[in-house]
Amino acid sequence: MKIIIPVTKVKKVATERSIRIVEKTIARTVEAGNFLTNIADGFLFVTRVAKETFSRNFEFKEFMRQCYQIGNKSLPLISVTGLIIGVVLTIQMRPALVSFGAVSMLPGMVAISLIREMGPVITALICAGKISSGMGAELGSMRVSEQIDAMEVSSVNPFKYLVVTRVLAATLMIPLLVLYADALGILGCWAGANIKGDVTFVLFASQAFGHIGFNDLMPAIIKTFFFGAVIGIVGCYKGYTAGRGTESVGIAANSAVVLASLLVIIIDLIAVQITDML
Amino acid sequence: MSATPTTTVDYGRAESPVQVIEVNNLRKGFGTEDVLMNVSLKLFNGENLVVLGKSGSGKSVLIKCIVRLLDPDEGTIKVFGEDVSTLNQFELGELRKKIGFLFQSGALYDSMTVKQNLEFPLRRIKRDLNQKEINEKVEEVLENVGLPDTLDKMPSQLSGGMRKRISLARTLMIDPSIMLYDEPTTGLDPVTSDEISTLINAVQKKYKTSSIIITHDIECARTTADRVIMLLNGEVYMEGELTEFEKSTDTSIKSFFK
Repeated sequence: MKIIIPVTKVKKVATERSIRIVEKTIARTVEAGNFLTNIADGFLFVTRVAKETFSRNFEFKEFMRQCYQIGNKSLPLISVTGLIIGVVLTIQMRPALVSFGAVSMLPGMVAISLIREMGPVITALICAGKISSGMGAELGSMRVSEQIDAMEVSSVNPFKYLVVTRVLAATLMIPLLVLYADALGILGCWAGANIKGDVTFVLFASQAFGHIGFNDLMPAIIKTFFFGAVIGIVGCYKGYTAGRGTESVGIAANSAVVLASLLVIIIDLIAVQITDML
Repeated sequence: MSATPTTTVDYGRAESPVQVIEVNNLRKGFGTEDVLMNVSLKLFNGENLVVLGKSGSGKSVLIKCIVRLLDPDEGTIKVFGEDVSTLNQFELGELRKKIGFLFQSGALYDSMTVKQNLEFPLRRIKRDLNQKEINEKVEEVLENVGLPDTLDKMPSQLSGGMRKRISLARTLMIDPSIMLYDEPTTGLDPVTSDEISTLINAVQKKYKTSSIIITHDIECARTTADRVIMLLNGEVYMEGELTEFEKSTDTSIKSFFK
């Protein structure tokens, strides 16, 4: 059977298809352009943070207020999370170690996994949710309600007052929160070990800390400074560059959480690779 | 249609008016849409220039370009003879110290009390002042705007009119030479609007400011205007004294003055 398709119809279909291809290509190019522009904007933002940090008239009072906001107000959440992680890890690991007759290794294993990985990453992810979104929403609403513009026209540097203080406070406070979460996690581990066993705290501490060395502690602490910086920078960037409508406040808060969490995981991956090479 | 005043017009404040702001052929657009097209105006020393226009006619964009919150696409803006677009950040900061900007929303810092709002610019601009001098200045400006008992209140505890007054007080803390008012009476009841308009005149008299007042409130224009410019579709449609506008037979202008 021979199918005859009119030439005009073939031409029309071909033309429509080529128009669609061209339109799609343009849309993808624009998307790629926007993506690259965002990366360039982010890079400029980070450069400005670094530059303004070392400029004159540092806003010390606001920096201390932000340290209080980030550190003190996150304590209840971090306390509960750290303690529960310690208990849960212990309960989960215990049966496997019992079957090998290595239950005495439990405190050391939990302490190492908490200090090297679980403590920093889980604390950073919680802080990405709480702090980064808070910064995004706060600065975003200040942008929408023209408060940032008001600072600018009154000859005050809003970037130094709002962004630099928040980024530095996050960079300093997240490592402290991680150490606090680690300590509570280890305490939770002791509590977990005593649910089905009977271990004195002195014996538990000697078993836990006996396995922790410099190579466990230092890389973990160093990477938390990067976590803190990323959480602060992403939250401030999303809020400071928010659009004008009220909808943009929600978008800034939401995208701050998503991007900060993603970057925390990526930094963790890089840190693990570097630590492994050392 | 235009009734441009000459530079010899005296508004009762200076013998030979000096230009403090000069805008020439300003064009500003967003995306593909032009908001301002070829706008030119002058503000003379000591006068109140009212810019009238419908919503979306580019009035707010105009004054945001003057303080370089927005960068113009074309044209020049000179403030005290300095071309705003060529200034570096430091020079722009120095120029902005001479300009007070009252935002439509008030733009009070909502995490600070009224006192902290007022102190905020002063502490950073005049670092040599001690706390006693700052307190005296705060009390003085609050007295001037008629709200001496609001020191410890948060912005959320203030009414719309009070927020505008406190916002005005904050701009007065740095003794500006030029005041830019963005819709100062929008969203207020007629009595409060009238109070704000009277306050604008009082501020001009006391602080000897030159002002651009962006509004679509005719009563505010009647109370404050020395000279009026009307923007329509992003262009200066008419310029002159308020009486000329009121006598105009042009339908676009008449519809505004009903």
